[in-house]
Amino acid sequence: MILTVNHVTTYDYDAPMGTAVQSLRLFPSRFDGQRTIDWSVAVEGGVKGGSFRDGAGDRVEGWSIRPPVEAVTITVTGQVETFDTSGVLRGHRELVHPMAYLRETVATWIDDALQELGESAIEGASDMLDRAHRLSAAVAEAIAYKPGVTHTHTTAAEALAQGEGVCQDHAHALVAAARAVDMPARYVSGYLFATEDGAPHEAAHAWAEIWVEGIGWIGFDPANECCPDERYIRLGSGLDAREAAPIRGITQGAGEERLDVTVALEQLQQ
Amino acid sequence: MTEYFNEMFDGGKVRQPYGGLDGWMRDMPAELRAMKQAEAEALFRRIGITFAVYGEGGDPDRLIPFDMFPRVFTQTEWRKLERGIKQRARALNAFLLDVYGRGEIVRAGRIPARLVYQNEAYERAVSGFIPPRGIYSHIVGIDLVRTGPDQFYVLEDNCRTPSGVSYMLENREIMMRMFPQLFRENRIEPVDGYPDALRRTLASVAPAKCDREPTIAILTPGHFNSAYYEHSFLADLMGVELVEGADLFCEGGFCWMRTTEGPKKLDVIYRRIDDAFIDPLCFRPDSMLGVPGLMDVYRSGGVTICSAPGAGVADDKAIYTFVPEMVRFYLGEEPLLENVPTWQCAKPDDLKYVLDHLPELVVKEVHGSGGYGMLVGPKATKEQIETFRIKIKENPVNYIAQPTLALSTTPTFVEEGVAPRHVDLRPYCLVGEKVELVPGGLTRVALTEGSLVVNSSQGGGVKDTWVLAE
Repeated sequence: MILTVNHVTTYDYDAPMGTAVQSLRLFPSRFDGQRTIDWSVAVEGGVKGGSFRDGAGDRVEGWSIRPPVEAVTITVTGQVETFDTSGVLRGHRELVHPMAYLRETVATWIDDALQELGESAIEGASDMLDRAHRLSAAVAEAIAYKPGVTHTHTTAAEALAQGEGVCQDHAHALVAAARAVDMPARYVSGYLFATEDGAPHEAAHAWAEIWVEGIGWIGFDPANECCPDERYIRLGSGLDAREAAPIRGITQGAGEERLDVTVALEQLQQ
Repeated sequence: MTEYFNEMFDGGKVRQPYGGLDGWMRDMPAELRAMKQAEAEALFRRIGITFAVYGEGGDPDRLIPFDMFPRVFTQTEWRKLERGIKQRARALNAFLLDVYGRGEIVRAGRIPARLVYQNEAYERAVSGFIPPRGIYSHIVGIDLVRTGPDQFYVLEDNCRTPSGVSYMLENREIMMRMFPQLFRENRIEPVDGYPDALRRTLASVAPAKCDREPTIAILTPGHFNSAYYEHSFLADLMGVELVEGADLFCEGGFCWMRTTEGPKKLDVIYRRIDDAFIDPLCFRPDSMLGVPGLMDVYRSGGVTICSAPGAGVADDKAIYTFVPEMVRFYLGEEPLLENVPTWQCAKPDDLKYVLDHLPELVVKEVHGSGGYGMLVGPKATKEQIETFRIKIKENPVNYIAQPTLALSTTPTFVEEGVAPRHVDLRPYCLVGEKVELVPGGLTRVALTEGSLVVNSSQGGGVKDTWVLAE
């Protein structure tokens, strides 16, 4: 499948601000499931900083905008050819030891309920892969998709207690539940192309990857009860949403920030 | 009754290194001593060196007591120590480069993966990055204790930002001012080459992108920090800028310093702030001390940060046990310096042993420092031991235990005259183009009679440390 992406993020300020600094993880991962045909990231009025590929295989690029800053606009356009690898992150070059993904963070803190969810999910599982599938199914079961009831700082434990949330909450909960049963897991950010008959989920998407010994990292999307396939574009990963965020930025000043995001994914007809 | 090794007196005989101090000590009338002591204190006050050794807390305006009785090593003793310290500093750096790379030592099964990769100090953000010359820890402080003429143990390694080196320099300066004749009568190796050596070390790890004489700065959290004096003192002696996060900004893949003549590109940052505060974009978002975007600049080779973020994984108390293994694995050598045998309370067998032998052991928190949260079994009351027993049982992973070492003593001026007091030693090993060590270090002394805790927060003082020339 060939997918075209148009993703514009704008931060508007009600007063002129000081310097803005951005760290962007907005580049398609390199693995067997996707091939970048064309990709560009631009920050309006910004100066491009250093870029590098980190130990987890993500490309990171720094940007800064000199003051006064009234708005920050980040535009991503590109074309990616995708392939279904049944969720397996094959051919992805990375160096970080899977065990580094057993660490808890504030957003993925394992409370009793998440521990219980993880342990009961893997009961009777035939092998590690089966465990991972069952964990994903258990999270999908425990948290219903409902936008507007959670926010960016909602933790996995809070989302589970509430029983409702969006893809970020599903991904956090799955990451936490997997770690609870000693399976390394991480948060993945990217895009999802939703076909007309598909579920109406956000085009800017998030899911989880679980380390399965003998196979490697495998993606699981509890929000859509599937493994990522050719409808998905993977950008980057981290211990939680904050670490994996495609855009991390700081703008100096006391002005109010207003965020506006539009993401359009289209399938190129061949 | 434990026998303690006295570094000056062997029975009634004076050991060779202290030959030059015996007469000095005997000839000093009490009044002169009191006068000199007051003079030393006034000098320390005047230069403003009142900070607590890093991480030890305590009153920042309190003067750390200075004991005028020097601690002395012969050239032969020192050479041996020096070889061991350099070897250890090399191994620690090889370990850091490895665990942020392919992790060969873990693959080889020589150190448990969990201990490294789940360690709080392991920074995933720098994995895959090779800093200039492959060095992560540029200033390695290795805390040593002595138990016999030839017996030294490493108590702990400090790979992040070991402090106290300003004491090493000031103690010498003040001794030379007060007792110039001592320095004429004894041939003592100088330590004042340290600032130059530190500068050379930092310059030698400038990024490949730097094509001129590197610009270096010391990044301090600010004047409210307990070690601020040391930061400004070292900046002065090296002739480099002392900066705070607000003085720096990142643009175009480089880090810039605001100056009156406009922005100046910075090549090497000797940071004296913790990893968590370096860059709010990468680490703690609420940090006001760091520089937004600095980690991206660092990772893309625009600036060098010393010590490298993530260096702390090598000096964790749980990793410590494996340092001799690192020496064998990376250098193919036998360790010249010994570790103190350590029981990990996380291991059931070790835990049982520790709980059964609490009155003989020293128990420490894995992440603790400064002598806080520590139990010295032989000096503790029954009640203190029982309190600790409960704490250990509640969270065994948080504790390690070691035998109570018979720390050596050196003569120290006390109320009644001169008496033996327990000491340790922190030399500062520099790792850059070369691995070097100035002949000396910081000797800390437990001023309370019988005390084995040398930390300044627990009543410790400092001494000038001599290495005699051949």
